[in-house]
Amino acid sequence: MITPFQVACKNLLRKKVRTLLTLVGIMLSTWVLVSLFGFNRGYEKALNRDIENMGYQLMVMAKGCPYEAATMMLQGGTGLRYMEQSMVNDIMEEAEVDKITPILMQAFFDPNKGESGGIAGYFGVDPDSYPAMKPFFRFRSGGWFRDNSAAEVVMGYEAAELEQREVGDMTLVPEKNVQLKVVGILERTGTQDDGTIFVPLKTLQRIAEIDKITTIGIKVKKDADITKLENKLYQLKDVQVVSFSQVKQTIMKLISTARVMVLSIAIVAILIAMAGVVNTVLMSVLERMPEIGILKTMGAMPGDIFRLVWTETLILCGIGGVAGIGFALLFARGTDLLVRRILPYAPSGGLVVIDGGLALLTLGSIVAAGLLSGLYPAWKAGRVRPLESIRRDG
Amino acid sequence: MTTESKVVLEARDLTRVYRRGSEEIRAVDGVSLAIRRGEFVSFMGPSGSGKTTLVNLLGCLDNPSAGELDLAGRGIFGGGKKLDERALTRVRREVFGYIFQNFYLIPTLTVRENVALPLAFYRKPGVEAEVERLLAMLGMEHRMDHLPVQISGGEMQRVAIARALVNRPEILLADEPTGNLDTKRAGEIGDILQDLNRNTGLTIVMVSHNPDLARLGGRLVEMRDGKAHEI
Repeated sequence: MITPFQVACKNLLRKKVRTLLTLVGIMLSTWVLVSLFGFNRGYEKALNRDIENMGYQLMVMAKGCPYEAATMMLQGGTGLRYMEQSMVNDIMEEAEVDKITPILMQAFFDPNKGESGGIAGYFGVDPDSYPAMKPFFRFRSGGWFRDNSAAEVVMGYEAAELEQREVGDMTLVPEKNVQLKVVGILERTGTQDDGTIFVPLKTLQRIAEIDKITTIGIKVKKDADITKLENKLYQLKDVQVVSFSQVKQTIMKLISTARVMVLSIAIVAILIAMAGVVNTVLMSVLERMPEIGILKTMGAMPGDIFRLVWTETLILCGIGGVAGIGFALLFARGTDLLVRRILPYAPSGGLVVIDGGLALLTLGSIVAAGLLSGLYPAWKAGRVRPLESIRRDG
Repeated sequence: MTTESKVVLEARDLTRVYRRGSEEIRAVDGVSLAIRRGEFVSFMGPSGSGKTTLVNLLGCLDNPSAGELDLAGRGIFGGGKKLDERALTRVRREVFGYIFQNFYLIPTLTVRENVALPLAFYRKPGVEAEVERLLAMLGMEHRMDHLPVQISGGEMQRVAIARALVNRPEILLADEPTGNLDTKRAGEIGDILQDLNRNTGLTIVMVSHNPDLARLGGRLVEMRDGKAHEI
C-alpha cells in the first residue's frame, strides 16, 4: 500500500531540476543561518575563553588608547608605553590583589620573517609570579627558566613549530643579535599564547636596554570587589586599567555592526528561500489541478490534499535544512577563516560553534518557515473542486 | 436483473442551470429517472446535450440547481439543500468509482501504486487484496511495476478502471471512457465494462459518443436539450 508521504515524495521527483534548485536555496539559507547562530554563540565563548586564559582579570598599563590597550592585552601590540617596575609593589599592597605579575612586551624587526621581514614579539615575564597566573600551561618538553636573568626562552606551541625549534636549540633575537637557549616548549592552548615567545623579564630588559615594564597583570582575590580595586588603581598616576569585562564590551561593540549585517543577510536569504518554496509548491499544485481533482473523486478530503501538499513542503525544507546544517558543519573551518578575515579582532579557538541543540533549533526554524510558505499552496490545493479541475483539463 | 432489483440511484426533476451573463442555460432540464442495482445505463447525445452534466449530478460531482437525488433510498440533494465539498466527498467515496476520457494516472507512481492510491486516503474494510486481484482480473498483472509512460493507452484505462474499483464502489461512472482510444482498444474497454456488469453485478452509468459502446449497456438514454429520453 502506498502512503500519502510516499505520494508526496514521488510528486517532488516529477520536476527534478526545480526541486533540486529549491533544495539548494533552502540549503544555502540554512547554512547561513546556522553559521550565524554558531558564530553568535562561538565568538562570545571564544572571547571569554581567551580572557579567562590570560590568567588575570585586570591589567594595568601606561595611559594611551584604550583600543590599543585591549589589543595589547590579547595579542600584544606596537607603539608601546612604559611604566616603572616599582608600581608592582604599590599595587601589591591593595587588599583585593591576590597575585600580580610584571610583563614587558617587546617587538623586534626580523628580516628573515616572511618575504619582506616581520615583527617578532617577545614577552618578558617573571618566572616567580607568571607561571602561577597560568596554571593550565602544560609543557610539551622542558620547563620554565632557571632564573629571572637566564639567557633562555620558553616557546609557545606554534612559535616553536614555526621556527622548528626543540628544547636545547639556540634562537636568535633579531636586531639585537642575542642568542637564547630554548628550555621549554608549551603544549597547544588554543590561545594567543601558542604564538608567544617567553623570556625572563630581566633578560628581556637587558636585551632591550630598558629597566621598565609595559604591563602589570593582576589576579583578584575570590569574592573581592573588582570595581573598587579598579577605582583605586585609577588613582595611580599615568596608568590606565583594563578589565576583562571592559575588553569584552569593547570588542563586542566592534563586532556588533558585522553581526547586524550578517543577520540581515540571513533574513534576506530565508525570505528568498521561502519565496522559492512558495513558487515551487504553487507551480506544482497548479500543474496538478486535474490530478488533485481526481484524488478528490477517489475520496481524498480537502484536509488530505492540504496535508499532502504541506508534506511536500516539509520534505523540501527538511532535506534542505539537514543538508544546509551538514554543509555548515563540514565547512565550519572555512567559515571560521572567512569570519576571521572580516572581523577587526577574532579570539583564538573556534568562532563558529555548531552543536546538536543549535542544529535542531535551526532545522526547526527552517521547517517552520517552510511550513508557513506552504500554507497558501496547500490551502489552494485543498479547495480544488474535482469537477472544475477536470473540466479545465478537458 | 429482475424487476424487483433495488433502486440504487433515483433522480426527480433534476435540473442544472448555468448563467452566462444574462443568458440562462438549462444544461439539465428536469430529468427524472431511476437506476437499479446491476444496471448498465448508457447516455448518448450530441455535444452540449447535457449528458456529462447529468452524469456529474448523478455522481455527486456537482450540486443541482433544483430537483432531488436519492442514493439507495437516502436523500442526497433535495429541497434546495446544497452539499459542501466535504459532504460530497463523503458520498462519493462510499458509493462511486469514476473513470474519465483522460486517465489521470500519476506519472511517477507505478501501475500498482496508482491503483492503490485511493486507499491512501480512504479504505473500506477488507479491500487490502483488491489491488492485485483487480489488476489480474484486467490482465495487467505483468505490468504492475511499470510506470504509466511504459504502458499503452488501453492499458492506462484498465489501470484507471482498477483504481476506480479498488474501494468496491456500488456504481461505476464512466465519462467517455474510450474517447482517447483507437477502435480496437475502445472495444476491449467496452468488453471489460460489460464483463464487470455481467459477472460482478456492478452498476455502470456511462456517457459515450460511440454508438457501439453505448449499445453495450442494457439501457440506452438519449439526451437532447437537457432532457432525457429512454430509447
